[in-house]
Amino acid sequence: MITWLLILGIGAATYATRLSFITIFSKREIPAPVLRVLRFVPVAVLSAIIWPQLFLVNNAFDLSTANPRWLAGLIAALIAWRTRNVLLTIGVGMAALWILQWVLH
Amino acid sequence: MTTRRTAFFHGIKAESPILLGTIPFGLIYGVSARSFHLPPVLAQAMSVIIFAGSAQFVVIQLLNASVPAGIILLTACIINLRHALYSASIAPHLKQRGWSWRLLLPYLLTDEAYAVSIIHYQGPDKSPFKHWYFLGAGLILWLTWQIGTAAGLLLGAHIPASWSLDFTLPLTFIALVIPALKKRADAIAAGTAGLAALLVARLPFNSGLLVATFIGIALGLLSEGGEKKQHSSNESSATGEKQPRAQELTASEGAGMVDTQEEKRK
Repeated sequence: MITWLLILGIGAATYATRLSFITIFSKREIPAPVLRVLRFVPVAVLSAIIWPQLFLVNNAFDLSTANPRWLAGLIAALIAWRTRNVLLTIGVGMAALWILQWVLH
Repeated sequence: MTTRRTAFFHGIKAESPILLGTIPFGLIYGVSARSFHLPPVLAQAMSVIIFAGSAQFVVIQLLNASVPAGIILLTACIINLRHALYSASIAPHLKQRGWSWRLLLPYLLTDEAYAVSIIHYQGPDKSPFKHWYFLGAGLILWLTWQIGTAAGLLLGAHIPASWSLDFTLPLTFIALVIPALKKRADAIAAGTAGLAALLVARLPFNSGLLVATFIGIALGLLSEGGEKKQHSSNESSATGEKQPRAQELTASEGAGMVDTQEEKRK
């Protein structure tokens, strides 16, 4: 029961967060400095999600061959840069990870 | 000629490559929920009620570790705070829409739907039906997330961890971020946010994500300000001759930028 209440609470909080500025800014102009800040939001937040998943293993920095994820991620980044193709980036990235896992272990 | 219908289907089409990453992510979530002995109905309900993959992952881990409900709620809120930034970023584009759109679209405002829709909103296309595009992208992602969750719950232990399906999440984000790095300031914001995320990963309640994001935004703004200053000084006088090189050095070092700019002012 408490778990259900918790989930409803998290759901309400998540929705309120997503609704927040859409409601606040529905009647007034967004100040220019705020817009300048907002332009950096997607690239900053997504990078902050990506990097730890590539370079950290159990919260510790790992650039060794025991962690093939950073290399597979780097290959995927190159593909994304050259082709701008989402499907190809995910496909090549996964293939790179599987091959590296197979070769290194 | 763009109609509501074509805009809706264009949104679905733009979102579909991303679904290749969403399906395995949903699968992994379902599989993890099963391995934590969470009731399948509860795990599926979370996908409908919360509809935020990374937060759901953390919540089921914390539930499994018997962490107090208050801490779980706080943690989920911190992880989801980035959606407030998405909300602010998408807000100017929804000003003209009625309240039903402004209530429905925020429910669909996930990382993946946001990334695709904001690119469309900022693009050269002058279509008056971009909210239909957002709706198409958001709905197809919602449907895929529900199916992925259900499939993971059904398949359970049949998906081995060695398949590393969780890796599709960072891959999806890499595919979205790289093409968005249009200016040097964008690359600096992304690079410093990523580096900072490594350094602050141990902060409690996953708050490191937001700290790192703000560091990235701050350095992006600083480097952008530096570029503007450099341009104006180049135009106005010849004394700015040495500045471009200094600018490049400070930009590549990122963190050293603040000091050098203050020195310049002296």
